[in-house]
Amino acid sequence: MDIQLKRGLLDVCVLAAIKNEDSYGYKIIKDLKPYIELSQSTLYTILKRLETAHMLTVHTVEHDGRLRKYYHITEEGIKRIDDFKNEWNEILTIYRFVVKEDEEDV
Amino acid sequence: MCKQEFLEQLSRGLYGLPQEDIEERVSFYSEMIDDQVEEGISEAEAVCALGSVEEIVAQVVAEVPLTRIAKERVKTKRKLSSGEIILLTLGSPIWLSLLIAALAVVFSLYISLWAVIVSLWSVFVSFFVCTICCVLACFVLFFSGNGIAGAFSLCAGLVLAGLTIFMFYGCFAATKGTAILTKKIIIWIKNCFIRKEEV
Repeated sequence: MDIQLKRGLLDVCVLAAIKNEDSYGYKIIKDLKPYIELSQSTLYTILKRLETAHMLTVHTVEHDGRLRKYYHITEEGIKRIDDFKNEWNEILTIYRFVVKEDEEDV
Repeated sequence: MCKQEFLEQLSRGLYGLPQEDIEERVSFYSEMIDDQVEEGISEAEAVCALGSVEEIVAQVVAEVPLTRIAKERVKTKRKLSSGEIILLTLGSPIWLSLLIAALAVVFSLYISLWAVIVSLWSVFVSFFVCTICCVLACFVLFFSGNGIAGAFSLCAGLVLAGLTIFMFYGCFAATKGTAILTKKIIIWIKNCFIRKEEV
């Protein structure tokens, strides 16, 4: 897959993984596993990028005698998911056109 | 490799980066390992799943901006003694001018690299403009009854059009090559800052 496209998709996937409830690093990877392969170092980069873009906030919670970082989605993050859904409709329309043209050629 | 070993290797590998960056990354990976161990995965397997320390370090180096690394390096690790401050001040006419000269050399080398690219593109533009001029001249010459000169002008226009196309691909490749080279140089400089401390 094109790197730029994958990058954009991964950002939205991570946001979607924390949309309904706050989540932590390892759980995000586990939740996304059936859909998209995500390495732990890539996840760090994405979380950092989304935090800088104010799409999520981080808070620390004590868990089993150690600290665990939880990620919480912001309004900005929710807006990014909505934008993605709208963009995707446009992309789907283009995709259907490309497939149709391609089939007519055969 | 056990968790402690991995985290130590990682912080050693990242030495040279701002301390807070190192701590944040180390705590992220530490939490990742702990969470996997909690799921019943062995510590060694969890560490293995993270990939090699070298790979992680290479990725971090590519991501962190050069300015951030340079800023960290410039920060002095200890307070200078008054003797050193006096020496630095007295020596400033020498070291400061040498430093400026060195930076100017590096800067001019970089500028001249891009100057080559700019001149290549200007040749491309001149070929393109000449092509159009030759074709226009050909029409003017034909209509003014000068057939031979017109035909010559048309031939010249066609040759120039061919050169313009060749030139475009050449310029494009040269620009792309220089951009990739610049990126590699930046990563190399970053590595110099980081690796030096590793030893």
